[in-house]
Amino acid sequence: MSLFPWQRPSGRSAPCARMPFAESPRKSRRAQGALLRVSVVALLMFAGHAFAASGAIEPLPFQDHAQEVRFQNLTKQLRCMVCQNENLADSNADLARDLRLEVFQLMQQGKSDAEIKQYLVDRYSDFVLYDPPLKPGTWLLWFGPLAILLAGGAVVTVAIRRRNRGNGAIDDDKPADGRQAGNAPADMGDDW
Amino acid sequence: MKRFVPLLVFISLVGLFGFGIWWNSWHDARYVPSPLIDKPAPDFALPKLDAPDQTVTKASLLGKPYLINVFASWCVACAEEHPVLMADGRQLGIALVGYDYKDVPDDARRWLREHGSPYDLVIADQPGRTAIDFGVYGAPESFLIDAKGVIRYKHIGPLTPEVIARELQPAIDAVKREAP
Repeated sequence: MSLFPWQRPSGRSAPCARMPFAESPRKSRRAQGALLRVSVVALLMFAGHAFAASGAIEPLPFQDHAQEVRFQNLTKQLRCMVCQNENLADSNADLARDLRLEVFQLMQQGKSDAEIKQYLVDRYSDFVLYDPPLKPGTWLLWFGPLAILLAGGAVVTVAIRRRNRGNGAIDDDKPADGRQAGNAPADMGDDW
Repeated sequence: MKRFVPLLVFISLVGLFGFGIWWNSWHDARYVPSPLIDKPAPDFALPKLDAPDQTVTKASLLGKPYLINVFASWCVACAEEHPVLMADGRQLGIALVGYDYKDVPDDARRWLREHGSPYDLVIADQPGRTAIDFGVYGAPESFLIDAKGVIRYKHIGPLTPEVIARELQPAIDAVKREAP
């Protein structure tokens, strides 16, 4: 990450969870606080940190609990583009806040989860989805592990067959392998 | 032959990990190809930074290619990019449109006064709503938009002389050949 100068934490725009208040575009507005507000802020400092750690969820006027659950589920499946290992639900970044609001508003308009995801994919590519879609470009991603598993299984099967076949006979180029030829099946356990 | 199997496994693992190190040393994990390339730029209507009562729309910029450069006064990487735009921006041969992203207008105006403005026009998106349509996720970002209003090239992160020479200028030349 840090190999690129503009990727230094200080070099990027939006604050991630670790630097919640650094460089926020809101900072100058925040600075307008009155004396009273300063003391309240001081009081809330600890609470604020606790909130920052557990996620940055601003209250949204949900219609009912079901909608809130749906919102939480959906934003957990979406990636915060700024802090790429955080999801939209947990991220403290400014853009994540904007996108949560966007998701919320699309929900109010009656858009389905699939439509909302597509809306974001149209703008930010498949990368916003934590679950990559199944398409030719992602076949390797989806089936690669299975292919490796099958290949490994094939290698093991061939090796075991060979060893069993070499039970009484001598293995092609490694006679030492036949030293326990009499009890080869029992030998498999420790040799692997 | 069989005794070389562990060596072969070892060598292939070294190769795999070596590839990982090599790949990560130049491949940019933050770079996400924009799905908007070769698609019409989203419609926008944003106020000018210097004259908030005047609105700039996509339609009003049609007819000539231009480069949208997303920046903000709070963005440190934009300050790194800024001297490059000041030095090379004029030689790009197209209009430079500054896109002030989620910024306090006064801060942005002061920032441009202090550092100088490489832009022919600056539009302000204080709420950042239009930026979502552009798929902006971190300033600075640059979008090359052709005369028909189609996004032809996007760069995420600061423009450097190398990026301009290798990617941006050829893209600009191609766009200008179509609509001089």
